[in-house]
Amino acid sequence: MDFLTSYGADLLFYLFALLAVVGALGVVTLRNPMYGALSLLVTFLAVAALFLLRSAEFVGIVQIFVYAGGIMVLFLFVIMLVNLHKLPQLKLFGGQSLIVAVLAILLFAFFAYFFLQAELGPEHVRPEVFVTARGEALGNSQAVAWNLYTQHLLPFEIASVFLLVAMIGAVVLGRRQ
Amino acid sequence: MFEVTTTHFLVVSFLLFTIGLFGIAARKNMITVLMSIELVLNSVNINLIAFSYHLSDLTGQIFSIFTITVAAGEAAVGLGILIALYRLRETTTLDQAAELKG
Repeated sequence: MDFLTSYGADLLFYLFALLAVVGALGVVTLRNPMYGALSLLVTFLAVAALFLLRSAEFVGIVQIFVYAGGIMVLFLFVIMLVNLHKLPQLKLFGGQSLIVAVLAILLFAFFAYFFLQAELGPEHVRPEVFVTARGEALGNSQAVAWNLYTQHLLPFEIASVFLLVAMIGAVVLGRRQ
Repeated sequence: MFEVTTTHFLVVSFLLFTIGLFGIAARKNMITVLMSIELVLNSVNINLIAFSYHLSDLTGQIFSIFTITVAAGEAAVGLGILIALYRLRETTTLDQAAELKG
């Protein structure tokens, strides 16, 4: 029990990191896009858990609502809409996939080398920052809302216009001629 | 020894990013390519949240909300294009969508 209380959060990190990476590998290797979509769902939920572990409760819940709830349903609808019967005889990867795999591994090694070398500086985490709105400890949602509506109002409005444009574009593209 | 730091989160983020990049470049099915793009956007979000925690700055969380917004719009439009392509060509394979004028 002592071990769990002191290392519980770290163990949860390793569990969800493993789930996220395994789900991502499933997305790119599974032949049937339906299985790929369910594998992507595992990754989305695991990433939401990783957000919760880093004091981002609001973003974690939004991740579950928007990704696991909205985008995943969209993907599943489209997969069911298109006819995938011809899939088995098609090649899974393009001819360049070996080169791409080598380049991807090299890119990962490059990232990992530099960031494992880099001095990120000590973590001076002040958890109260993530729950403070108007100088009071109200909660993460309130803190995010206060920050969003006071300091980042213009990007917020632009995002709403962006969503309107995306919605009109999707309707126009998807309608029958 | 097991203590999780920002670097651990960054490694997970890099892994998701490179796996997604591999999926975008190597897979032939357009649905899978769109799902790989979602993986890449998710890895960016992990990065933002990890550094937000590291620096005790809420702005990273705000930015990740905008990333999620853009990902939702991108998925909607991308899948709309996929449906339009499927109506035209009866396929979701990217190699068969190589002409500029159908």
